[in-house]
Amino acid sequence: MKLSRRNLLATGAAGLALPAAAVLPAAAQEKTARIGVAIPAATHGWTGGLNFHTERTIQSMQAAFPQLEFILTTSGDVQGQVNNVEDLVAQQIDALIILPMESDPLTEPVKAAKDRGIFITAVDRGLAQEGIEDLYVGGNNPQYGVVAGEYFRSKLPNGGKIVVMRGIPTAIDNIRIEAFQKVLDGSGVEILDMQYANWNPDKAFEVMQDYLTRFPQIDGVWAGDDDAALGARAAIEQAERQEGMVLLGGSGMNRVIKMIMDGDTLIDADIFYPPTLIQPAIEVTAMRYATQSPIRGRYVLDSPLIKKENAAEFYFPDSPY
Amino acid sequence: MIKTTLGRAGPLLGLVLLFLAGSLLSPTFLSSENLLNVLTRSAVIGIIAIGATFVITGKGLDLSVGAMAALVAGLSVLAMNAMLPTLGPFLSLVAGLLLALLFGGAAGFVNGGLVVWGKIDAFIVTLGTMGIMRSLITWMSDGGSISLDFALRDVGRPLYYGTVLGVPVPVLIFAVLAIGGEIVMTRLRFGRHVTAIGSNAQVARHSAIRVDRVRLATYVLQGLCVGLATLIYIPRLGAVTPSTGLLWELEAIAAVIIGGTALSGGYGRVWGTVVGVLILGLVANILNLTSLVSPHLNGAFQGVIIVIAVLLQRRRSID
Repeated sequence: MKLSRRNLLATGAAGLALPAAAVLPAAAQEKTARIGVAIPAATHGWTGGLNFHTERTIQSMQAAFPQLEFILTTSGDVQGQVNNVEDLVAQQIDALIILPMESDPLTEPVKAAKDRGIFITAVDRGLAQEGIEDLYVGGNNPQYGVVAGEYFRSKLPNGGKIVVMRGIPTAIDNIRIEAFQKVLDGSGVEILDMQYANWNPDKAFEVMQDYLTRFPQIDGVWAGDDDAALGARAAIEQAERQEGMVLLGGSGMNRVIKMIMDGDTLIDADIFYPPTLIQPAIEVTAMRYATQSPIRGRYVLDSPLIKKENAAEFYFPDSPY
Repeated sequence: MIKTTLGRAGPLLGLVLLFLAGSLLSPTFLSSENLLNVLTRSAVIGIIAIGATFVITGKGLDLSVGAMAALVAGLSVLAMNAMLPTLGPFLSLVAGLLLALLFGGAAGFVNGGLVVWGKIDAFIVTLGTMGIMRSLITWMSDGGSISLDFALRDVGRPLYYGTVLGVPVPVLIFAVLAIGGEIVMTRLRFGRHVTAIGSNAQVARHSAIRVDRVRLATYVLQGLCVGLATLIYIPRLGAVTPSTGLLWELEAIAAVIIGGTALSGGYGRVWGTVVGVLILGLVANILNLTSLVSPHLNGAFQGVIIVIAVLLQRRRSID
């Protein structure tokens, strides 16, 4: 059994262990396929959820199909992930499921794996060159921005002034913001300013405090992410500017979804951009070897708006995110 | 003589220039609400930086403070949540606060012990403990967040948001610590010993200063400061994440150096550190209040200000 905080607390055992790249134990029986998984380490909320759902899915797949072997690796930076991919290839994997930390630097190592006949599943971010991955499972980043934009259009039908917090400067952030701005064009909803809050609650708190000082009238805030939205919320409460304020985050953190279910006064919606997108990627890849289903192609998962009515469907109380 | 005075006042001059720039660029900059916001949020880094002033003056270095703050905060939150059903919110909070100081002091003792008795370079020791503590908090939170129970949040809220006679509580704590720190550094024996060790440990040893003990004490003091800082940090958002305290060590060290303390040890001043912290806080604030530069260039702007602030006081060492 792999040592994680959960089963450590559950069994009441004491001791220390580092959550390094975990290798699942090989069972005694014959293995027919070996599947390598390379994902980012749990360094912030969303990746924490990603790790949780990855481990959960691998466990259920392994229970259902004991002939499959999974090797899970995590890394906190791009170079570490390149090393992980190379290590996996050296372990004679049949398939590689990868969520690239950055598309460009990982394209070459993944291509090298492909050239050795390894089946490639890319998740969330694609690779910089087309035709490398056999299977792609991703979220819909333009839709993420569109849904956010439409939310503010419907909340502020007569126009209004909003501020925007961007994430970590990445291609994903650019795509979302571009789509968001396009939807708001001509709607009367004016963007006062945008600053990077790095999807981080502390940074968002400070940025929001300064926005509240700078602009006497703010009708809405798009924090871009739920971690950031919670930071912004604390600043809004401190300044007692909740009245008539619309606050939206995004990506479906369980604490925020619970707030929506309970009818929070400030946050009444969320945009789904789930760390659960790793689930279909692992499952479809596993099916290829377990039941010989020859599936290739692209799966693009929707980013719907989460409201009070449908929130329960997206709620994972046990997930860290 | 005049030049020396100017050099000593360098960081203060930088602060005044920033105030001028801020008030010219933004009509709301000088509002009491804005200035109190900046002061209050600077208190967390400020308290840590006061501890760092002593460590650096004694020719040491502590890179682990950011990770330590995250780990101490995480452990305290878990402890408070666990005590809540038996002790009730108020007592749990008090116990949690004491535990935060204890955890911080203990972590500082480990750092100091490895430096003093293990004879390992402080840079390596604290680089190692930084990695260990950062991993531990990531592991404890499963990469997500560790949240304070809502019953505790209501009780703890005044620690960040409360005011005494109009002064926010964090600012009050920061001010008391800064004044105390300045007195210890310049008037008390401990401060003189730290300075002596930083300028020449051999000479200090021959002067019957217990070098190891004083050096260890600076790291424990740093740990206690981190513990104190988390007391303010926790009630702000009520949650600790693996990104809590990321790069705080660099902010704290930058504040200390901007304030005129020598990175090579042997000369330290706490009031300078306070000015350094305020300079860093005000730069970020002014950038948020104006659309002066593209947000992509914020980091460059901050870098330029830091270098200029240090340049202003370099004259001192040339004289």
